[in-house]
Amino acid sequence: MSVNPDFAGREYPPAGPFEVTADQITAFADAVGATGAAHRDPAAAQDLGYADVVAPPTFAVRLAQQCEAQLVQDPQAGIDFSRVVHGQEGFVHHRPIVAGDALTGTLHVDTIREAGGHGMVATRVELTDAQGGAVTTVTSTIVVRGEG
Amino acid sequence: MSDLTRTVTVDRDLLVAYAAASGDQNPIHQDAEVARSVGLPDVIAHGMWTMGAALELVTDHVGGDPGRILSCQTRFTGMVVVPEGRSVEVLVEGVVTKTDPEAGTETLELTATCAGEKVLGRCQAVVRTGGADA
Repeated sequence: MSVNPDFAGREYPPAGPFEVTADQITAFADAVGATGAAHRDPAAAQDLGYADVVAPPTFAVRLAQQCEAQLVQDPQAGIDFSRVVHGQEGFVHHRPIVAGDALTGTLHVDTIREAGGHGMVATRVELTDAQGGAVTTVTSTIVVRGEG
Repeated sequence: MSDLTRTVTVDRDLLVAYAAASGDQNPIHQDAEVARSVGLPDVIAHGMWTMGAALELVTDHVGGDPGRILSCQTRFTGMVVVPEGRSVEVLVEGVVTKTDPEAGTETLELTATCAGEKVLGRCQAVVRTGGADA
């Protein structure tokens, strides 16, 4: 297996903080066709009880992938990005992300295993807010296609 | 049980917009030459674009309040191929498969297909039903 199994269990130092802006949320909502007013109109978001515009449910990937880059771009990890396909993705929302958040992400490499000649790398990013409160847990599995 | 459907369309311009909005600038989602060089048929949509577009069905289902989506997950089982100058349709269907009145939650299962191929697998979301307090 080309992926370095020694990276399993590794925890990286926190990355960020990532400032979340209303423009980022609206641009993301536009790109995935999320048409709701709460993604773009602060008054509509406030009607739902939020301080400012609220992110669509997969917005956290924008932050998580920046954290995952610490692993993917590490030559020692042996991940050939040109051979990577996305296997699965999951989000557990402890609270929604809103404009004005400053979020920090801690990357954990949960498992690295081989299946059918491919490397399967499962990561988890724990996003926390400026007060240290849990915001989103983002889990991702990438498949590094084998040479064969 | 409630049945929900939504058709979303994607073209190259939208993938460029998603790349900018998500920060995922992998050229296989924008450049046919690069995509073909790694064995893909053409430019493909980001899996996360498809997941994000599919979940709008769920946001709609909970009255436009994304804060009621407690969790969501999917497997990426197929590709949404996006040729130059074309709009490609993805059909998203959802069904409520479980309600838990005690926890105040519902589970929805989604399917997403493109050109007859299933592109998301085991796509599921758990939402909070009614009530305003988070």
